[in-house]
Amino acid sequence: MRRYLAGRLGQAVAVLWAAYTISFLVLVWLPGDPVSAMAAGGLDQAAVDPAQLEALRREYGFDRPPLVQYLDYLGRAVRGDFGNSVATGRPVTSTLADALPYTLQLTAAALALAVLLGGALALYATYTPHRWLRQLLMSLPSLGVSLPTFWIGLMLVQLLSFRLRLLPAFGNEGAASLILPAVTLAIPTGAMVAQLLAKSLLTTLDEPYVETARAKGAGRIRVHLRHALRNAALPALTMVGILVGNLMAGSVVVETVFSRNGIGRETVGAVTVQDIPVVQGVVVFGALAYVLANLAVDLIYPLLDPRIVVTAAQPRSTG
Amino acid sequence: MHRAPQSIVVRRRLITRLAVAGSILLTTACGSGVGTAGVADDNAPKAGGSLAFAVGSYAGCVDPQQVGSNDTIYALRQIVDSLTDQDPATGKIVPWLAERWEVSPDARTFTFHLRPGATFSDGTPVNAQAVKDTFDAAPKLGAKATLAIGYLSGYTGTKVVDDLTAEVSFKQPNAQFLQATSTFSLGLVSSASTKKTADQRCTEGIVGSGPFTLESYQANQSITLARRTGYKWGSSLWRKPGEAYLDKVVFTIVPEAGVRTGSLQSGQVDAIGSVGLADESALQAGGNVDLQARANPGVVFNLGLNNSRPLLRDPAVRQAIQVAINRQEIVKTIFPTGSKPATSILAHTTPFYTDFSAQLTFDPGKAASLLDAAGWRPGADGIRTKDGTRLSLEVDWFANAATNRPTLELIQQQLKAVGVDIRLRELPIAQITQIQQSGDFDALWGNITRADPDILRSTYSTALANTYRLEPGELDTVLDEQAATTDTTKRQALVSQAQKLIAENAYAIPVVELTTELGVAKRVHDLDFEASSRIQLHDTWKS
Repeated sequence: MRRYLAGRLGQAVAVLWAAYTISFLVLVWLPGDPVSAMAAGGLDQAAVDPAQLEALRREYGFDRPPLVQYLDYLGRAVRGDFGNSVATGRPVTSTLADALPYTLQLTAAALALAVLLGGALALYATYTPHRWLRQLLMSLPSLGVSLPTFWIGLMLVQLLSFRLRLLPAFGNEGAASLILPAVTLAIPTGAMVAQLLAKSLLTTLDEPYVETARAKGAGRIRVHLRHALRNAALPALTMVGILVGNLMAGSVVVETVFSRNGIGRETVGAVTVQDIPVVQGVVVFGALAYVLANLAVDLIYPLLDPRIVVTAAQPRSTG
Repeated sequence: MHRAPQSIVVRRRLITRLAVAGSILLTTACGSGVGTAGVADDNAPKAGGSLAFAVGSYAGCVDPQQVGSNDTIYALRQIVDSLTDQDPATGKIVPWLAERWEVSPDARTFTFHLRPGATFSDGTPVNAQAVKDTFDAAPKLGAKATLAIGYLSGYTGTKVVDDLTAEVSFKQPNAQFLQATSTFSLGLVSSASTKKTADQRCTEGIVGSGPFTLESYQANQSITLARRTGYKWGSSLWRKPGEAYLDKVVFTIVPEAGVRTGSLQSGQVDAIGSVGLADESALQAGGNVDLQARANPGVVFNLGLNNSRPLLRDPAVRQAIQVAINRQEIVKTIFPTGSKPATSILAHTTPFYTDFSAQLTFDPGKAASLLDAAGWRPGADGIRTKDGTRLSLEVDWFANAATNRPTLELIQQQLKAVGVDIRLRELPIAQITQIQQSGDFDALWGNITRADPDILRSTYSTALANTYRLEPGELDTVLDEQAATTDTTKRQALVSQAQKLIAENAYAIPVVELTTELGVAKRVHDLDFEASSRIQLHDTWKS
């Protein structure tokens, strides 16, 4: 077990390093730099004094060769210091720490909703004896996955906020403001959960041991929940890692549509002005969240299925 | 296979429901519109209340000297006072914190006499020392303070003559400085604020003497202003003496245009910024919203030609492009109602603007004959060629205004009709400065807001950045002279001459004036544009 964990940690570090390095390369290769982006802020195109820009580049260290910059940033990042945002002058860590609670609220609420709704849909769709109802329910997830998040968001706002005036259209004050964004984000995610769980349930329900259970006289509900779901849930659990990635990506759109503060909004802003330190911080944070989610899934596996034994030699692939 | 039709059914149902929802929305909105009209009878302004204003973006900084973006300036303008104010109707500079002033005949020394009794919100007095501290600190703020630094170019220092008299000096004539003192960029800040670093000022904000103070802000979320109690040194232009009417103003950052317009109509906010042509019909439909528009002064949206490019060195080509553009069509199809086609390189709201629409009249026949005479003959694909060279230009643009792409695509069609090929290249906003400095472009699309004609000198003088690579010549002389002239009549003649030279030589192709459009609920009154088409909220009240 210990060897396994050490191996996984090594993998995690490699993933973080790769994410950091690739994002740095992309940002350095882009034409322009954060200092001139800052000077070009706003709508207007007034000329800026080149000497002054040069002085600022020196101040922020953007005049150094990329390799030197990279090693410097990396060295500090290892110690947890991601530098200051070029755009606002605030430390990257506190910028992200301020935004994180809002994104966590949003993604946690959306994940809970997604698992609840997606799970219920899959269970009911596979349980119902009516063929037409099953087909209708089974077709909902593909609709949910294919609708663009921003469209769902705008439609919900239009109906529930502008027309019925039940919920606020923007902001992150109070629980009411969380409902629309969480539902918006939960729809595609829940659809993914439902798709996978339903498929997996259908396969499992054809297994011989389910036949055995039925033959022994177990009721339909008991067979469904006690025998089939437990086994069918395993592949769905594997997806949680991917779902975390999806939710993070979705938060970029949802936070923009609903004018919420959070990591997604910070990302959009930082990318627009090529704020390298903030983008790097976001990338490392995203990679970390992804790696941790997958690690957690791997560690939960054996608890659900005693047949799975975690060893260093054969780490389970987590997709 | 059975899934696809199913989802179409669901979609159709949804669409029907939405259509129903939309018509209900219209009806309710009309109802409340009638109600407001009835209430609007009581016309006496009343104090109190909170104004919710939704804007599209957040500049990441709460120091008015380091922000240029309108959305954030709307809020920050309210926390600082300026030495002078500018009358939006006449362009005249009038008293604010300075009761009166003298400008030396060579336009190098400006002496301001401050009104007594004004204080910053930290209790310190607004005196000559504060003027000196503010102006001494601004040039050291760095790239984000581009505007302030430009206004103070050549600044040699401020002499504290006595407690209420400050003498500001420049090493060269700087006539634009007087107007610059009316802008938010040179709004006075307390001496304590000037001792902070640029980054601190951005994150902690500054202390000003304005009718509102910065109560709190949340990055990407909101900026909250509170009324300054005891305020009594407002601009001579304002209707109400003393404190502002509103207790509070909350600027919320709402990036989605559709959410902004819906929030205004459903009463979740009182006013919104950045209204586009597409939002107008929805906003007008309810009848409970007023649209307010004003052209931004300064350099209009134009094709900034690189005059050193071989194709563009020929005045005939530039002049042909100038008359091949149908400005009326562009304004009508793309820009908010009330926008005007360019009639000079300066917008009509700029002081010393002169109408040169004769040079800018759409005349494809004239464009064709100019190009024919210059030896450009239509080729097989309709694009003109001369000695094997195609008349093909690249226009660089940035996504800093939603109107940019459709405008340029229309220009592309209009120029193609006279045989000029335009290729459009969108670049990230982060690259504007780099492209300007490198000179590696045929033409740049953009505008600059400034309520003083000296913007022509900063943009087109070959002695300065010379972004558009003009040859030194008569224009330089005229622009330098207007910068050294304080006599209004003489300056008018010089600025007209400069506009005329630019129009006749087609150094740049003026196209359309940028119009700032706001949506304001009918229950909000006296939300006024100031001279730079930003807003002042001191006089604003809610019924």
